[in-house]
Amino acid sequence: MRYLPKSPADREAMLKSIGLRSVDDLFAPIPSEYRLNRDLKIPRQMAESEIVDFFRQRSRENGDGYTSFLGAGAYMHYRPVIIDSLISRGEFLTAYTPYQAEISQGTLQSIFEFQTMICELTGMEVANASMYDGSTAGAEAVMMAVRLTGRRSVVVARSLHPEYAEVLATYATHQGMPLSTVGFGDDGRLNLKELENSITVDTACVLIQSPNFFGTIEDVEAIADVAHRHGAMLVVSIAEAVSLGIIEPPRSADIIAMEAQSFGVPLGFGGPYCGVIATREKNVRQMPGRLVGQTVDKQGKRGFVLTLATREQHIRREKATSNICTNQALVALMVNIFMTVYGKVGLMELAKQNLAKTAYAASQFARHGKLLFNDAPRFNEFVVQTSEDPYAIDNRLLGHKIVGGLPLKKFYPELGNASLWCCTEMTTRSVIDTAAGLVAESERSVRSAKEEVEEVAR
Amino acid sequence: MKHMTRKATRHVNQNEGLIFEKSSAGKAAWKLPPLDVPEVDTAKLLGSAERVDLGNMPEVSEIEIIRHFTRLSTWNYAIDLGMYPLGSCTMKYNPRVNEAVARVEGIANGHPYQPEKISQGALRIIKTLSECLNEITGLDAITLQPAAGAHGEMTGLLMVRAYHESKGNARKKILIPDSAHGTNPATAAMVNYAVENLKSDSRGMVDIVALEAQMNEDVAALMLTNPNTLGIFEQQIHKIADILHAKGGLLYMDGANMNALVGKVRPGDFGVDLMHLNLHKTFSTPHGGGGPGSGPVAIKKMLEPFLPKPVVIAKSDGTLGFDYDRPQSVGRVRAFYGNFGMFVRALAYIQANGPDGLRQTTEDAVLNANYIRKGLEGVYDLPYSTPTMHEVVFSDKIQAKKGVRTMDIAKRLIDYGFHPYTTAFPLIVPGALMIEPTESEPKEELDLFIEAMRSIAEEVEEDPQTVLDAPHSTRVSRLDETAAARKPVLRWKP
Repeated sequence: MRYLPKSPADREAMLKSIGLRSVDDLFAPIPSEYRLNRDLKIPRQMAESEIVDFFRQRSRENGDGYTSFLGAGAYMHYRPVIIDSLISRGEFLTAYTPYQAEISQGTLQSIFEFQTMICELTGMEVANASMYDGSTAGAEAVMMAVRLTGRRSVVVARSLHPEYAEVLATYATHQGMPLSTVGFGDDGRLNLKELENSITVDTACVLIQSPNFFGTIEDVEAIADVAHRHGAMLVVSIAEAVSLGIIEPPRSADIIAMEAQSFGVPLGFGGPYCGVIATREKNVRQMPGRLVGQTVDKQGKRGFVLTLATREQHIRREKATSNICTNQALVALMVNIFMTVYGKVGLMELAKQNLAKTAYAASQFARHGKLLFNDAPRFNEFVVQTSEDPYAIDNRLLGHKIVGGLPLKKFYPELGNASLWCCTEMTTRSVIDTAAGLVAESERSVRSAKEEVEEVAR
Repeated sequence: MKHMTRKATRHVNQNEGLIFEKSSAGKAAWKLPPLDVPEVDTAKLLGSAERVDLGNMPEVSEIEIIRHFTRLSTWNYAIDLGMYPLGSCTMKYNPRVNEAVARVEGIANGHPYQPEKISQGALRIIKTLSECLNEITGLDAITLQPAAGAHGEMTGLLMVRAYHESKGNARKKILIPDSAHGTNPATAAMVNYAVENLKSDSRGMVDIVALEAQMNEDVAALMLTNPNTLGIFEQQIHKIADILHAKGGLLYMDGANMNALVGKVRPGDFGVDLMHLNLHKTFSTPHGGGGPGSGPVAIKKMLEPFLPKPVVIAKSDGTLGFDYDRPQSVGRVRAFYGNFGMFVRALAYIQANGPDGLRQTTEDAVLNANYIRKGLEGVYDLPYSTPTMHEVVFSDKIQAKKGVRTMDIAKRLIDYGFHPYTTAFPLIVPGALMIEPTESEPKEELDLFIEAMRSIAEEVEEDPQTVLDAPHSTRVSRLDETAAARKPVLRWKP
């Protein structure tokens, strides 16, 4: 086996020095009736070239070569080449959690920089070293708000990513955290009147997403006012991190639960991604996850350590703020490098391109289809309502190697034939024109079929 | 330094400040293509939602970024540099072909919501890996959705609770041995179960008498790590399972130490009802400085209705798809389908090994741990003489007489060119040194490690101060953790 660095003679010598005759003696503690006396029924040992071939084949069966208008919590942005060059360094790739600070300063300093940049971008005072993803970060942020307020119930925006809401429901089930939902208005924004009526003296927090699942930017200030007036916290989920380049961050939030995938993390069929929680300094002791802090060594030299570990499971066990241990460090490093590459100016220019592409696409789609939620600003997603079933339209687009918008029926049946489209800096004008043209064609054919029927009826 | 080390030599490494300290206006590492659509008036589009300033975000060039992170990287120890014997972490070699195949276009750029008919490649990977892991664990079904081991534990206990609820009584508590990882009790609390401690016997195994006394209809499950955190296989495992099952409880296995068992014995065969695996431990996906992990949960048939949704199924036309219609499911534990990129790597690892390679891997891992045990026995105190599997736990009892504790020995080991073992865990061994070499170490590296540990033991006798002041060779000496926690500085400020 090519990963094993021992010759038969090495093994022989080692067994001898231990005083054993055979390898079987090493497994004597396992009762013999349970020992496996056959080969595992798994694929045979393969050569590296065969493994590469296997996955190339799977890649060809997996949308390779398609252009996509899908977003909905997973965004296709350009990944600068140096991200993979740097994270492939064995010193980052093959180290673990930086428990031994003296020989982990590389990881620790990079996390400290990550925490700093997340704070700068979100307008918060502290950020942790990462959570599994945006959905679990949202659930953990809500549980944090429950601990901080001593209240138990939670008001959730219906325009929160539906899968984030499902994850929250799972986490909340056994925590005695009743959830209620607040709908959205014609502009796609949270219905403030409904919010006002939903909050009670037991509401720990209001959880919204901005830009929300439809791409609409919420009136965070107004929502924060309502929440705070009732003594509840505001938790804001951000699923599209690039929006932070041009959209004012939710500074009036108490906790931000973010998905940073947009910052240099491959789509990868849904993971691994990078969740983050950011908040005010006064809330830090209820925060889940790892935190890196600055300190000095015996000579007074600057260095970094994992800190405030008394919140964590390995110290507090069942009284910990969360059970999280291993998080998403290498993915956080991708995010860190991405933020460093684009920086203060680039992130804004990148976000502007997303905005421009989306504005153009929305205008093209609006010419023939019906665009929903036009009365509030949006970032890089928009909802189109068609006459024809969006699955049928998407099927036709696939023939042009285009993956169309996400049909929303599954999540929002009340929106009918609606689908969610996303444009990023990667979406070209020509592919927008092609897709908008195909949607227009669908509208025309449905309309003419309808006219034909009407004519026959007349 | 009295005892010269053979493994490591000091060499110059570069100083490097924080990235913010290198920033200055006008430097850039990015370039966007020209915009092919009309420019927009952002103020008009966004109104008050427009952001006009990104604060203290850095402005640096590409070469500075390369140097910055490369310099930082050289301050880390890593498996690629040498033995990293962190107990219970299974710091094995991370094969590079795993990284290559995870970056193939259709795999790296597949969107989680792309139509199933153009997702057959990803679905096939999920299905194949699931089948392999079911066979390896001897269990019937699996979910790959959990993002890490602790997340798998939570998913497992959610299924335990759903199972008991379906029988009419969710039960009240989870039994957890005193040697368990901290994630076990923390997880039980997240699923709203009370935690009841179970003590170990004098041989470092579950105290069967205590278990019998504590087991009743209020116990939902026992969370058991096997081999346990002392590296000891629970020899009475079938009896443990019988005691639980007799009262309707379930046996949950924490699979953190599965590297001791793969291909040699299957948990499903010795009475385990469900368990999580850590793909970043046993199945070689990179630890990455603390993740990403992946924590699949394998289960017996009777738990299948409760799996998180969606579940990958074969459809009548032979293609694969997601099944969301699972009325008894515990729900979702994560958006999308889990850390898919880790599934790719784990499957590539299984393919590179095959059944013979996986078995040899396990044998070598256990051989290495026993070789270290033999090499250090007598020099360090061995609190339990029960046979060792893939890791061995010593204590600092002998060295403590000179005022030297496990953390001091660990810090001194750094000067010898090794990453330390896990210190002060498991909690049932005061001053524990928990050593897991994995199969990835050649005999030469193990010999150097034993030599270093013996040399440190001598230093403790002759010159304990050298050990107490260690490390001497690192960029920074021991850091003031108390100050860091008392007045936390968690971000850079201008």
